[in-house]
Amino acid sequence: MADYPLTAASIKNEFKRAGIHFIVALPDRVTSHYLLKGLLADAAFRVVQVCKEDEGISICSGLYAAGHKSVFMMQYTGFLDSINAIRGIAVEARFPVCMVIGLLGKEPDVLPTKSNKFGVKITEPMLDVLGIGHHLIERDADVSQIAPAIEKAFADSFPTAILIGREPR
Amino acid sequence: MMKRDEMLKVFARQRKDEIAVAVYTAAQEITHISPNDLNYTFVGAMGQGSSHALGLALGRPDKKVIVFDGDGSLLMNLGSLVTIANQAPKNYVHCLCENGCYETNGSVPTPRSGQIRFAELAKTAGYKKTYEISDLADWERRLPEILKEEGPIFVTLKVEPGEAYPENFRRLYSHEHREKFRRALANG
Repeated sequence: MADYPLTAASIKNEFKRAGIHFIVALPDRVTSHYLLKGLLADAAFRVVQVCKEDEGISICSGLYAAGHKSVFMMQYTGFLDSINAIRGIAVEARFPVCMVIGLLGKEPDVLPTKSNKFGVKITEPMLDVLGIGHHLIERDADVSQIAPAIEKAFADSFPTAILIGREPR
Repeated sequence: MMKRDEMLKVFARQRKDEIAVAVYTAAQEITHISPNDLNYTFVGAMGQGSSHALGLALGRPDKKVIVFDGDGSLLMNLGSLVTIANQAPKNYVHCLCENGCYETNGSVPTPRSGQIRFAELAKTAGYKKTYEISDLADWERRLPEILKEEGPIFVTLKVEPGEAYPENFRRLYSHEHREKFRRALANG
């Protein structure tokens, strides 16, 4: 584990650094085992589990309107499934929804746009079309992008996407 | 069957400092019938009212949150019943304006219109208490108890269109009103 490039603890610490208490989530194979289960077990966080991803976009928006920062964890399949909610709520209505998206099946150290996995390959272009900035997290050295991306989303009242490129352990 | 605007007028008369989330025609009507900075109409995508309301209820457990949802809308987000029941916010009141059709989209009937017991779905999902109300006097009589009870509560309201009110979609989704809502909630 000592040589493993991405740790769940480093991502969790970034959430804390960004002042996140609410984690809205639908299990994603990339992040479920170590990160999401770790968040569920940590009293510093309240995890709100949803049945479908578009609910998560709206719950984060309601939390924002009530004065809270949150992040929404899902798999890229859920991101693709909830495009209309992201378009209408996060982009057009400018709710700062911070999406943490697991790129299930992405090959290690291969850029998402070069992946052989079609859904992974189109995720960044879809975000670009929506005008949503994205940050690829593959190693602990990348993790320090997370808190500033969340802070910028809330400062600009606009969504952001954190792409998790390999399983954090 | 109640006229929806009459139903909302009853709510307006009994409203204190509750947050009211409303969708589609109910959202247009509530801005006229119960104008208030704590009206939340910024739902942005069909079916999402109940989920926005959950975020508000979790974020402000000290405030009662009432959502005026639609049956077509809820059918698009049925899983939210389970999500809400699982979180069990005590301050959540889910009112379903059941009109049996997609009123804004040409009044086409919903699938199995009039044959679904939405309150039973909510009960099975795990809501604490459910009501089915089709009479205005009954609504007026039960609302104080509904607003006092520990949630999540689900109320099916059998409604039909009443008086027509001017539509203002810009108002429903405006950033200016959303920020006004945030300020009012932060101060209240």
